[in-house]
Amino acid sequence: MSVLGTRVVRKEDPRLLRGEARYVADLDETDDPRLVGLAHVVFVRSTVAHATIAELDVAEALEAPGVIGVYTHADLDLEAPPVMGGMLGPDVVRPFLADGRVRYVGEPVAVVVAESVAEGVDAAELVFVDYDLLEPVIGVEAAVDADTLLFPAHGSNVVSGFGAEAPDDLFDGCDVVVRHRIVNQRLAPAPIEPRGCVAVWGGDDGVELTFWTSTQTAHGVRSTLADRFGLEHDAVRVIAPDVGGGFGGKMHLYPDELITAWVARRVGRPARWIETRSESMLGIHHGRDQVHELAIGGTRDGRVLAYHLEVLQDAGAYPDIGAFLPYFTRLMAQGTYDIARVSCRTRSVVTTTTPTAAYRGAGRPEAAAAIERAMDLFAAAVDLDPVKVRRRNLIPADAFPYTTQTGATYDCGNYPRALALAVEAAGYDDLRDEQARRRAAGDPVAMGIGVACYVEITAGPGAGEKEFARLTIDPDGSATVFTGSSAHGQGHATAWSMIVHDLTGIPMDRVEVVHGDTAKVEAGVGTYGSRSLQVGGSALHRATSHLVARGVEVAAKLLDVDEAEVALDTETGTFSAESVSGEAVGWDEVVRLSGEPFTEAHEFVTETPTYPFGAHIAVVEVDTETGQARLVRLVAVDDAGRILNPLIVEGQRHGGIAQGVAQALVEEVRYDADGNPQTANLADYGLISTMELPAAELVPMETPTPVNPLGAKGIGESGTIGATPAVQNAVVDAVAHLGVRHLDLPCTAERVWHALELARAEAG
Amino acid sequence: MIPASFDYVRADSAEAALAALAEHGDEAKLLAGGHSLVPLLKLRLAVPAVLVDIGRLEDLSYIRDAGDHLAVGALTRHRDLERSAVLAEHLPLLAHTAHLVGDPQVRNRGTIGGSLAHGDPASDLPAVALATRATMVITGPDGERTVAADDFFAGFLETAVQPDELLTEIRFPKATGAAWSYQKFVRRAQDWAIVGVAVQGGATPGVALVNMASTPVRAAAVEAALASGADAATAAEAAPDGAEPQPDLQASVAYREHLARVLTRRALTASALG
Ligand SMILES: Cc1cc2nc3c(=O)[nH]c(=O)nc-3n(C[C@H](O)[C@H](O)[C@H](O)COP(=O)(O)OP(=O)(O)OC[C@H]3O[C@@H](n4cnc5c(N)ncnc54)[C@H](O)[C@@H]3O)c2cc1C
Repeated sequence: MSVLGTRVVRKEDPRLLRGEARYVADLDETDDPRLVGLAHVVFVRSTVAHATIAELDVAEALEAPGVIGVYTHADLDLEAPPVMGGMLGPDVVRPFLADGRVRYVGEPVAVVVAESVAEGVDAAELVFVDYDLLEPVIGVEAAVDADTLLFPAHGSNVVSGFGAEAPDDLFDGCDVVVRHRIVNQRLAPAPIEPRGCVAVWGGDDGVELTFWTSTQTAHGVRSTLADRFGLEHDAVRVIAPDVGGGFGGKMHLYPDELITAWVARRVGRPARWIETRSESMLGIHHGRDQVHELAIGGTRDGRVLAYHLEVLQDAGAYPDIGAFLPYFTRLMAQGTYDIARVSCRTRSVVTTTTPTAAYRGAGRPEAAAAIERAMDLFAAAVDLDPVKVRRRNLIPADAFPYTTQTGATYDCGNYPRALALAVEAAGYDDLRDEQARRRAAGDPVAMGIGVACYVEITAGPGAGEKEFARLTIDPDGSATVFTGSSAHGQGHATAWSMIVHDLTGIPMDRVEVVHGDTAKVEAGVGTYGSRSLQVGGSALHRATSHLVARGVEVAAKLLDVDEAEVALDTETGTFSAESVSGEAVGWDEVVRLSGEPFTEAHEFVTETPTYPFGAHIAVVEVDTETGQARLVRLVAVDDAGRILNPLIVEGQRHGGIAQGVAQALVEEVRYDADGNPQTANLADYGLISTMELPAAELVPMETPTPVNPLGAKGIGESGTIGATPAVQNAVVDAVAHLGVRHLDLPCTAERVWHALELARAEAG
Repeated sequence: MIPASFDYVRADSAEAALAALAEHGDEAKLLAGGHSLVPLLKLRLAVPAVLVDIGRLEDLSYIRDAGDHLAVGALTRHRDLERSAVLAEHLPLLAHTAHLVGDPQVRNRGTIGGSLAHGDPASDLPAVALATRATMVITGPDGERTVAADDFFAGFLETAVQPDELLTEIRFPKATGAAWSYQKFVRRAQDWAIVGVAVQGGATPGVALVNMASTPVRAAAVEAALASGADAATAAEAAPDGAEPQPDLQASVAYREHLARVLTRRALTASALG
């Protein structure tokens, strides 16, 4: 029996649970003898949202005890690169340290290097910065027309965009058209381990810079560092030790990290930077932050004919990938529905806030939230049940591959079935009956039921997504995987061992998985966007298959039979042939006798993205006196293609759902009108906890994709995509009978109470 | 997130702590459970020159039945209040409220003395002290003095405890068999109250509010309404009277006032008052 599809317990967990993991902050000379006499890096950060720097004086800080050096932009001999590889022009380039002007609170202004962190923090307080305040630019709608420009040379706060305005005739022939402004709020990735890095210059083997960092993409960081310092890629070694989460926030090299490497070279000592939680909440790029104007039209009997989504994305102070994520929002705007006319225009604007970038879901949750709110608004307008309206409009199961109006080609799926499974598991009709009873009885605790269908894109946006894998089998019969996809909680060691075991029969505990070290793994892309298994796992699948073929060749010689006769028993890892029964050779013999290194590498290149999909149903209770919503149930159907390990997949779903529910109910990064961050710690930001989360009810569904050898799609982000609109719709549904039509995210108690007050006032 | 440097003195008796305070004056700060003070130190919002650690004064950690009242040592941890059989019998409001403070880590470290002496209007236990009409025992260079809860909370993060003094004991009237309720409205289970209401039934019912002013406050108007025979719903309408709630990220003034009314009505109803 194949091990694939079984609940293999994660082999990487005992180490983590016993506290044996080594994070960047733990590293010392036991990890590398050069890590003695570390210098410590502390940043002076802007305390204001927008200003020119009238004076920057480091003299006093330089005299402080333990200070090795203090540097500002004037000291840097590094050239800032074009934005997103040149997708944006030179007018909006980000300097590594503020160059005479600051554009958000938390922006690095100067860097202090000291013998201890404490001395560094003390000295940083002595750096004198005189700011001439400029008007802050807060809020995307204000930013579009603001007189104050973040980059005057650029001539506008709008930096990028996709698509066009809705054509005039888009809604022709619609009986009903509903329009609404909705907000998809800004979130913080907030991984449990903040950012950090250690840089050491000099060493053997032609490696000039060794850089340990908490990252999702060791190879990408390696290339960026090499490019910035003008080094060959091989001259930089990047190591991601244990990484305590990323959620998209550790996908690329940040200025603070680059500066740490620069400083180490400048002072001629190994240097370490570890950010505090308060720095992290302003430093790790934020996610989401879109304002939508949506319009949806159709017939009175519930057929949707046209949909337009207008997206304003907050890119923060320096446009980065966040300015381009609306590409995904646009691509996925149509959701799971067969809609004849769809248009979507996106514009990204800069504001005086932390830059935005990918956060679990990255552009797709926003699309799902918009279309799912639109469906409910439309259902309410034509007075039909939200499930009925969705059923009427879902793309039929026989329509795949299906190309949407915004250009996505969905590979495979069965959306009506996903919804049907969710409806059945939730007991939807019974829930509606109970709701009706409670409403009739005037229960002050209102019950709400929310539905969301979703489809998302993984391993995209187009063809050509790559990942590298090498498998080596040693003469003792053990195997080592070198994967370019470096894990930070996803369970690669287990999943990759399962693939190797399934194809070779080598026991899982004899498979070592190596990742996150550019000196050991010759190529790689990384772990983000739910890509690892389908791209990196497929690469390993191919590399392993090639090695098995070679094993068969050698075994045929050893057994003195035709290759065609050789069978590999993938339970025991032995080769045999019927004509020589009784004889069998193991991998150890095969490798030993082959007389050459037994290793194969493969770079898997995708031909098309995959489109995971599902349906979520949430049940909430809303205290109509206080406005507080409580999630009671969450039923989730998530189809991510063939499942390699249900235990890992369920873990990803529970985690994603937790973050999705958090967006619906609790979390929000906030700024005041002056651009001061108001949620710069975990008390104010308020990550959701287990106490607010019922155990999600996970319904299995598997539709293997034909586009890769594993049949797998991505599962890492589905939870954040389906859960948010399901819960949001449920909260609105709970108070709909009291006159509330829409609630923005997050549906906090005060927001719900306020909407109820307004509805009561309107009802007179 | 690194405190400014300070000297550290560990006191092994109340006398030693007082001596250290006398020596260093208002340069010094007492450190009990550290769960209010340490965050302030890390953010450098408090920069004392000397920390006098009273965290190990085990002889100030007790819950005693003292006949007509209960005596609770200032260094008693929230967790001990939560689990006390004496409190369960004679003052369940205190045990229950302590159970709602923060999360288990916070409750294992934080002390009732620190909670009261810090004077945070968002803290839970000060409202219990007001509702139960507790008496604070303060020890200073000239010996002991007592201060009624009503006179204890002087301003934002300010109490009657002077820089050279130590809060040593809190005396709670027994409330054996009396009804009570604590309503804590939170965003997440582990959070501080957005608004809270403590109600202690008995001969003279007490009602106090959390996060409705710059100090913990008694809901005097509610108590007066009850005394004049108002029902719970009517009495609760007076909850915001005399309070001065501040807006913050979680709640506007209007919402706080609304919550105070709703929670007070619920607390009174749960305690069968009014
Ligand atoms: C994450 C988190 C969540 C929390 N949630 C809640 C909550 O929900 N509800 C709540 O009520 N509290 C909450 N707290 C605060 C917690 O209850 C603290 O323990 C309490 O407020 C202070 O007690 P402490 O012993 O830790 O005092 P410390 O922090 O040591 O001291 C606080 C102040 O009181 C002074 N002090 C301490 N003891 C004495 C004494 N005996 N005499 C004179 N002065 C003294 C100190 O000098 C200092 O100024 C939370 C704290 C944290 C970190």
